Amino acid sequence: MSQPTDLEELRHGTDLVKRGFARMQKGGVVMDVVDRKQARIAEDAGAVAVMALEAVPADIRKRGGVARMADPGDVREIIEEVSIPVMGKSRIGHTKEAEILETIGVDMIDESEVLTPADDSYHIEKREFTAPFVCGARNLGEALRRIDEGAAMIRTKGEAGTGDVNQAVHHQRNIKATIRKLQGMSSEERTAWAREHEAPAALVEETAESGRLPVVNFAAGGIATPADAALMMHHGCDGIFVGSGIFGAENPEAMGEAIVEAVNAWDDPETLAGITEGIGGGMKGEANANLPEEERLQGRGV
Amino acid sequence: MGLIAGVVAVQGNVSEHADAIERAAARHGERVEVREVRESGVVPDCDLLAMPGGESTTISRLVHRGGIAPEIEEHVAAGKPLLATCAGLIVAARDAGDERVECLGLIDAAVDRNAFGRQRDSFETSLDVEGCDEPFPAAFIRAPQVTEVGEGVEVLAEHDGRIVAVRDGPVVGTAFHPELAGSSGIHDLAFFEQ
Repeated sequence: MSQPTDLEELRHGTDLVKRGFARMQKGGVVMDVVDRKQARIAEDAGAVAVMALEAVPADIRKRGGVARMADPGDVREIIEEVSIPVMGKSRIGHTKEAEILETIGVDMIDESEVLTPADDSYHIEKREFTAPFVCGARNLGEALRRIDEGAAMIRTKGEAGTGDVNQAVHHQRNIKATIRKLQGMSSEERTAWAREHEAPAALVEETAESGRLPVVNFAAGGIATPADAALMMHHGCDGIFVGSGIFGAENPEAMGEAIVEAVNAWDDPETLAGITEGIGGGMKGEANANLPEEERLQGRGV
Repeated sequence: MGLIAGVVAVQGNVSEHADAIERAAARHGERVEVREVRESGVVPDCDLLAMPGGESTTISRLVHRGGIAPEIEEHVAAGKPLLATCAGLIVAARDAGDERVECLGLIDAAVDRNAFGRQRDSFETSLDVEGCDEPFPAAFIRAPQVTEVGEGVEVLAEHDGRIVAVRDGPVVGTAFHPELAGSSGIHDLAFFEQ
């Protein structure tokens, strides 16, 4: 029989524990929810986690104004409602919102450009937290800067609240293409690339050697249908965040389940055809190309 | 002909298990081909099987929907080894005390989900495991615990008085994540040193 281990040896909030949590979400769908009722629907649909926020991105976009962290009381209700992990969004650079979310027991913090940024120069120093963080990125330089600050997961920024997957695809392709380019570079060229993109040379080396980001990479922003989710898996994402796509659909229960199944069966067109059939209309959506520059969220916090 | 290893890949930490199986096989001079199990029809060809961590509610739903569950049951009934970790342990157990998880009953044990708390309570520690020569670097991530074991279930490890690793015939279950350890010790134990 084994002996009880000395409790003082326990190490909380290590990189392994934070990145390990992110890895457990792989192949899964994280769903945005605003209250316990939606959280229940998400868990029943097979979500791996829920993102608790005050309004889904499409509504934030419509409403305008300053978007902030959700009310801690509402987040607590969601935590009580479901057994799966609960994530919460803080503003970029808003250390205090992140501390509040950590204190109430949120399992992962999304330092999100969907909320109004609090700091236009600096992101949160994420290494000082026990909770793992996910951050958005549009390209490899941005992703590596966030990982250097302590992010345990990267997601594409897409263009949140539009239902148009175009920008998520663009970001994911961009990251993959840049990794391939780095793989073909000499060590001097990689160092020069690292300087130019303000990314640590060691992380650039690690990414080039392994051919992928050092942390898991999810898709987010504009994913509205099961086929969109499958497309992002096809482009090499480890999992999917869905915002307004589900609760903006005709039948959120059916849409949620269909997206979960589509992520599992992304490379099986026959199954996908069955999944996508008859699930009702998706969210209405707004093409990226029609958005004026000042309404785009993806450029926030680079 | 080498061995065929399956990793249940409907959701969760899959590639790390594949790597750990390859390392364990290499240590024992065995050739192994790892296959991802995302639909039915793959498990019947497998000599050994891993069911990884992730979300037990999601994994349980997808293995039942995809027709994989009865194949895993047949695999174990035929005496072939299965390693079930964290969420995998919950799905493999007899009872998770939670209607959101449909257990397979492959390990005669009751488990309690998220027994160590939320992510802020997740931790790394070094653990003595029966059958491992050295203390094992164990990562507990929103980990379950085994609350009750049936006769014939061997307890392999405890942490702070809680059961965190068991063996029931060909099935080894751990509450922690041996695939994150960078050591193939538990995979050795489950698949090559029975």
